[in-house]
Amino acid sequence: MTISNLNLVGTLPLLFLSAWACGLLLVDLWIPGDRKHMTGWMALSGFAITFFWVSSNLGQREEAFGGMLAIDGFSNLLHLVFLGSGILATLLALNYLKQHDIERGEFYPLMLFSVVGMMIMSMAKDLIVVFLALEMLSIPLYVLVGFARTRADSEESALKYFLLGAFSSAFQVYGIALIYGATQATGFAAIGDAVAISGASPLLLAGIGLMLVGLAFKVSAVPLHMWTPDVYQGAPSVVTGFMSVGAKAAGFAAIVRIFFSAFHSLAADWAPVIVLFAVLSTVIGNVAAISQTSIKRMLAFSSIAHAGYVFVAIVPGGYGALSDFAASAVIFYLAAYGLTNIGAWSVVIAVDHADGMGSDISNYAGLARRSPGLAAAMTLFMLSLTGLPPTMGFVAKFYVFRAALAAGYTWLVVVGVVTVLISAYYYLRVIVVMWMNSGDGQVVTPRALNFTVGVTAAATLVLGLLPGPLMAIVESSVRGLF
Amino acid sequence: MIPTTYYLALSAILFSIGVIGVLVRRNAIVIFMSIELMLNSANLAFVAFAREFGTLDGQLMVFFVMTVAAAEVAVGLALIVAIFRSKASIDVDAVNLLKG
Amino acid sequence: MLLQELLRDYLPIAILLFVATGMAFAMVALGHLFGPRRDGKAKLMPYESGMTPIGSAVRRMPVRYYLIAVLFVLFDIEVIFLLPWAVVLRKLGLFGLIEMLVFVTILLVGYIYVWKKGALEWE
Repeated sequence: MTISNLNLVGTLPLLFLSAWACGLLLVDLWIPGDRKHMTGWMALSGFAITFFWVSSNLGQREEAFGGMLAIDGFSNLLHLVFLGSGILATLLALNYLKQHDIERGEFYPLMLFSVVGMMIMSMAKDLIVVFLALEMLSIPLYVLVGFARTRADSEESALKYFLLGAFSSAFQVYGIALIYGATQATGFAAIGDAVAISGASPLLLAGIGLMLVGLAFKVSAVPLHMWTPDVYQGAPSVVTGFMSVGAKAAGFAAIVRIFFSAFHSLAADWAPVIVLFAVLSTVIGNVAAISQTSIKRMLAFSSIAHAGYVFVAIVPGGYGALSDFAASAVIFYLAAYGLTNIGAWSVVIAVDHADGMGSDISNYAGLARRSPGLAAAMTLFMLSLTGLPPTMGFVAKFYVFRAALAAGYTWLVVVGVVTVLISAYYYLRVIVVMWMNSGDGQVVTPRALNFTVGVTAAATLVLGLLPGPLMAIVESSVRGLF
Repeated sequence: MIPTTYYLALSAILFSIGVIGVLVRRNAIVIFMSIELMLNSANLAFVAFAREFGTLDGQLMVFFVMTVAAAEVAVGLALIVAIFRSKASIDVDAVNLLKG
Repeated sequence: MLLQELLRDYLPIAILLFVATGMAFAMVALGHLFGPRRDGKAKLMPYESGMTPIGSAVRRMPVRYYLIAVLFVLFDIEVIFLLPWAVVLRKLGLFGLIEMLVFVTILLVGYIYVWKKGALEWE
């Protein structure tokens, strides 16, 4: 490799954010303990600069680091999802950390490092890079999950997340080793060529399966979902909101790139597995969510179910002409889920108290009377998570199901619609509790939180009513990529 | 020269021992050691393939896996020590505040 | 056939293994057979001379040892990248040097962080 095919210019936003994270880690050392919010604001400005930098050049199509990274519409749009969730979570963290008495400066650099890992993940065109990016996003997350160190449930969920995460990444590494053994390559293009010539060998299929275990764990697909409710419940809520969007989107980015480009010719082999993940995740996630009384666990099972809907969108990717359509549907769904879910978690943070009370669905009783704005926003988020109009969630589900229909998976769409109906039960229950029941719990709504809730609610509504422009951007940036 | 298949068989055996170790042992440190065993069995497979193909990609991958394993050790040990300090036990069955 | 070849290649090692094991057993056995035996209470102590040990040999270590060990692992592993780089240093030229400087700078960030946080102070 020489300096000419490094393409440092193309990766500048990424390099900038990494350097910003390293710099912030050092600068934070000289910031006194009672002014740690300054670190937060600096992290925020780093995110914001990168966000606008990336969004100014969405349509580029380049490669970097000798073809190991791709800089294209797919990665750029997902970068916006990661950076956006980083911005919103940092805004929430400014007050959350102080309120829960866990304010330490390291929180923000860890967040930046994790986002850098997610960004690399969506650009990866080589299995080595996929593995490194996965670890780079996970290791800061392990620490962030255990960030509320004085609380035992935070520590426990961190240990659980760490042990299971390391376990699954060991599977992934072994899978990569077998794929390398079967194809003599780690780059997606070279693997694709080798697979097209030699077809599927048992070694290769075993490798793909093991690698998929690692990725499916990250996106919390059934049957690799057992950690999700515990970790989402125990982790600080800002971290949960962040990881439920960022880590999931990054995992799906890698799945899309690997399966649409490297293993495109093996679609007949992997499509049934993806279908299985889709059916199991939507059914089990939604059914298990019904019986939850804690809103955090309910949202955790809901996130498992949403992983299932993204898998529904991935299935058509194996059908040649449809792979662009499928990739657009994945991006759109992840963006919709990200906006809505971070909004919902900010409401959870507002109702949640430092003493651990307020995470029960019954604590939402009477919210409509005490703070109508918050309740209205939560109503919107619940409608969007269900997939009802006029929200972005509806458009996203519609998009996903249309992609599956185009590939001829009518029965899968039927399963999807039935599970949406099941999910309506528990999402709408929250709305009923908020508007019909009376209660007198307290909410804490600092300005940054109101801003986050306002932005996400407005975006969920506006993009639900007028999805056209965003859809056009997504489709034009992804066209011809896969 | 030893055939590559032998190395692969050994690496598969090591990997299985690691998986079984994670599933049956209850001590967090031992579980963690089993995970390291799994990572290293993958390393063995990488090196064996790299030797067979006469390319360096596989050996390169081993470097990265080892580095990542070290980073995981740092975070994992810190978490385990933190748990031990608050619970005086690193038995994963004692980690039971969260249902599920 | 392959197996036979393999066995022939490893025959010297196998012989060495047997000889070494046999030697070890033989020495213990011979000492046991011909050596004089004078059992006594002092013989059963961990140290024949010096103080009588008190308490269990397994003690809890200060958590600081873990910290130092973890830091050692982290900063030790970077050699894995330095060594191959050093082998082809001349071929890589200036480009390789700059790359390595970037790498070492990142390490330095970690080092300054650890230092400033006081993780290297023993007391």
